[in-house]
Amino acid sequence: MNAMLPYVVRRVLTALPTIAIFACFVFLLQKLLPGDPVLAMAGEDRDPATLAALRIQYHLDDPLPLQFMRWAADALRGNLGESLRNHDSVLHLIAQKLPVTLELALLSTLISVLIGVPAGILAAAKKGSLWDNLARGAALWGVSIPTFWFGIVLIILVSVNMHLLPASGYAPISEDPWQNIRTMILPAFVLGNAQAGILMRHTRSSMLEVLRQDYVRTARAKGLTELRVVLGHAFRNALAPLVTVTAVLLGQLLAGAVLTEQVFSIPGFGKMLVDAVFNRDYAVVQGVALCTGVGFILLNLLADIAQLVLNPRLRAS
Amino acid sequence: MKTRLLLAGALMLTATAATAQTLRIGLVDDPDLLDPAPGKSFVGRIVFQSLCDKLVDISPDLKIVPRLAMSWETTEDGKVITFKLREGVTFHDGEKFDAAAVKYNIERDKTMPESIRKAELASVDSVDVVDPLTVRFNLKKADASLLATLSDRAGMMVAPEAAKQAGAKFGLNPVCSGPYKFVDRVQQDHITLARNPNYWNAKAFSFDKIVYRTIPDSTARLASLRSGDLDIAERVEPTDVKEIEAQKELKVVSVTSLGYEGLTVNVANGPASKVPVGQDKRVRQALSLAIDRQGVMDAVFDGQFTPAGQAVPPVSPYYSDKFPPSQRDVTKAKALLKAAGVEHPVINVIYTSSSRIQRVAEVLQAMAGEAGIELKLISTEFATQIQEQTDGTFETSLIGWSGRPDPDGNIYSFYICGGGLNDGHYCNKDVDAILNDTRITTDVAARRALYEKFDAVALDELPIIYLYFEKYIWGMTAKLQGFIAVPDGMIRLDGVKLAQ
Repeated sequence: MNAMLPYVVRRVLTALPTIAIFACFVFLLQKLLPGDPVLAMAGEDRDPATLAALRIQYHLDDPLPLQFMRWAADALRGNLGESLRNHDSVLHLIAQKLPVTLELALLSTLISVLIGVPAGILAAAKKGSLWDNLARGAALWGVSIPTFWFGIVLIILVSVNMHLLPASGYAPISEDPWQNIRTMILPAFVLGNAQAGILMRHTRSSMLEVLRQDYVRTARAKGLTELRVVLGHAFRNALAPLVTVTAVLLGQLLAGAVLTEQVFSIPGFGKMLVDAVFNRDYAVVQGVALCTGVGFILLNLLADIAQLVLNPRLRAS
Repeated sequence: MKTRLLLAGALMLTATAATAQTLRIGLVDDPDLLDPAPGKSFVGRIVFQSLCDKLVDISPDLKIVPRLAMSWETTEDGKVITFKLREGVTFHDGEKFDAAAVKYNIERDKTMPESIRKAELASVDSVDVVDPLTVRFNLKKADASLLATLSDRAGMMVAPEAAKQAGAKFGLNPVCSGPYKFVDRVQQDHITLARNPNYWNAKAFSFDKIVYRTIPDSTARLASLRSGDLDIAERVEPTDVKEIEAQKELKVVSVTSLGYEGLTVNVANGPASKVPVGQDKRVRQALSLAIDRQGVMDAVFDGQFTPAGQAVPPVSPYYSDKFPPSQRDVTKAKALLKAAGVEHPVINVIYTSSSRIQRVAEVLQAMAGEAGIELKLISTEFATQIQEQTDGTFETSLIGWSGRPDPDGNIYSFYICGGGLNDGHYCNKDVDAILNDTRITTDVAARRALYEKFDAVALDELPIIYLYFEKYIWGMTAKLQGFIAVPDGMIRLDGVKLAQ
C-alpha cells in the first residue's frame, strides 16, 4: 500500500490545475450571461442610487481578471464569499446543503446498485431468457421516464392517496433520523431507478465478457455449482468497470439532482445552484462548482485506487 | 391508584401537547434576506407579516389601520405627519419600542447601503422624536401615498441595538417586535418562528410555532397540502382550485390582488421604439382591442382571474367604473390599423419563461393574429427581461407588477417622465402634472377625480396595455378558521385558529 502514496500524491497534484481551469471557466460562463446581477438584487423598485452603491460594494465594475483573482485569493484562504441574495457565507450554505446532497447521492447510488447489479448478473447468467428480456426492458424504462414525472406520480400515489410517506418536510439525520429516511426514500428511489438501468447494462455486458473466458469454463468443468461460478468467479472479475461507472454516476449526483430536489422539496445543491444562476449570485455558483469539481475528482481518484486494489495486474504499472 | 394517576398524568401531557400547535405554511419561493430594509421578495413579506410589526397596516378594503402607531395627524400642507405610538411594546430582545426606535428605523431605511427602501421614503426629509410615544415625520413635499408605504417594509420596525450590532447581517437573525420571533432558517428549505409571549396582542394568536416551507413546484405544494404535510399553501394554481374544492378536508380562499399583468410598450427608449407599435397609439389600441381578456382568463386560468383595463384593481377606492376592461372588437382593431397605415404589424413580445406566462403569450398571439397583428414571442429569463427593459432592447414586454395598496404605487414610477420603472420612457408633461397633484392631497374624492383625468390620457395612449389582475388563492385545511384574505396576498394570523 505504501507504493500507492506517490501515485495518490501525483494524482492530487495533477488535479490542481484542472480545478483552477474549471473554476475560471465557470466564472467566465457566468459573466457571459446577459442580465445585471445588481438589477437581480435590487428588487422591483430599481432605485438608481441603490444600484450604483451595490455595484461599488460588490466590485462588479472591476475588470473581470481582477474579480476572478480576488475570488481565487479569498478561496485559497478558505473564504468563498457571500451570497449576494442573503449575505450568508457561501461556506455556511455549502456546509448546510452538502450533507443533504451527499446523503441523497449515496442513497440513490446504493439503490441503483442494489437493483441494477443483481439484475445485470441475472440477465447475463440467463442470457436470452425471459429474465434477460425483463431486465433489459426495465432498464430501458428506468432511463427513459423523466424523473420529475415519476417523482410526482410517486408522491400522489404514496403520500396523497396511501398516506404512507410525507410529501415534503425534510429533516436532517442528526435531528430526526426517522423523518429523514421517510422523506429521502422516495427521491432516492426515483434517482436510483433512473441509474439502475445504466448499471444493469454495464453489469450485464461486463459479466457476459467474463463468462466467455476460459477460466470460467474450467471452473464449470471442475464441477462447481453455477451459483459459485457466476458469483464467486465471474462477478469478482466483472467488478472493475462497474466501479468506474458507479463513481461517474455518483459524481453526477453530487452536483445535485435539480428536478428531483424540486419535486420532493429536498434542500440540496441542485436547487441552490439553479436559483443562484437565475439571481446572478456569482459567489454561490463558484463555490458550488468548486465543491462539485473537487468532489468529482476525489471520486475518480477513489475509483482508480479501488481498481488497483481489485485488479493486481494494474499495480505493476 | 397508581395507574389512575399515571393515566391522568399522561392525559394531561397529551392535552398540553395538543395545544402546542404548529402552523405549516407552504411558500412558492424562498424569501431573500429577512431584513425589511434590503428585502425584496413577496414571500419575504409573508414572513415579515408575523415576524416584524409595522407602523400601520391595511384592511381588506385597503384602508390604513393602526398597528404600532395608534393615530396620526397631517398638517394642512401635508408636509408634517405626527404619529402617536402604541405604549408598552418591546422588541424580541427586550429593547423598548419608542419614537427613537422609529427614527432609527427610518434613517436606516434611507441610509443603509443595501436598503432598497430609499426611493419609497424619498419624500421624507427628517424624523423628529417629540416624546417617547410621539414621532414627527418632516416631508420634503406632500406625499399622500406615504401612509400606504409605511404599511409595508418601509414601516417595519427592527430592534435598533440588534440592528446596529449585526449590520448587514441582521437578516440572518432578525429581531423585530411581531407576534412571532425568529428561531431558525435553512435556506431554500424552511423558516421557523416561535410565539412571542410579550406581544401586545398575544391572545389573538393561537399557534405556538410557524414553519414556512419553500416548495416551488406547484404540484408538489398541492400534494403536500393534500397529504396533510402543510396547513396552508399560498398562490395555488388557478387550475388546481377545482381539485382542492373536491376534497372535503380542504378549502380555498381567494381575493383579487393589488397587482396586474400587462404589456409594457417601448414608446421612446432607444431605436427599438421606432416601430409602429411604439410610435402610433392606434396600433396599441388595436392590439388591446384584439384581445378577449375574459377569453384569456378562461383558457389559461380556468376563469379564475379578473380582466384588467386600468392600473388599479376593483377593490381599490380609486378604481374608476368609467374605464372597464375593453371588450374584444376585431373590426375596430382592423380599422385602427388601417388608419395607422400598417395593417399587418409584426410585434416582438418578450415574456418571462414560466409555463403560465407562456400560455398567456400563446393565447394573445392567436387572438392578435385574427386582427392581422403578428406577435413574435420571445421567451426570456427574468433577470434578462429586466435588463432588456432597462436597456430599451425590446418592443413590448409581457410583465406584471405585484401591486401596492395606494394607486401611486401602481402608477407614478411607471408613467412619470424619467420614472424609475418607466422602461418604455413614456413622457407626457400633462400626465406628470396630474400625478404630482395626486400626491399632494389626502382627500379621497379629490384624488379619485385626478386619477380619472389620468386614466383618460393613459388609457388612450396605452404605453401599458393592462391585461388582468391575478387572484391570490390559498389552499388550506378546512379546519383553519378565521383566515381573512387581504388583497396584498399576505397571511395574517390574527384570530386564526385550527379547529380540533
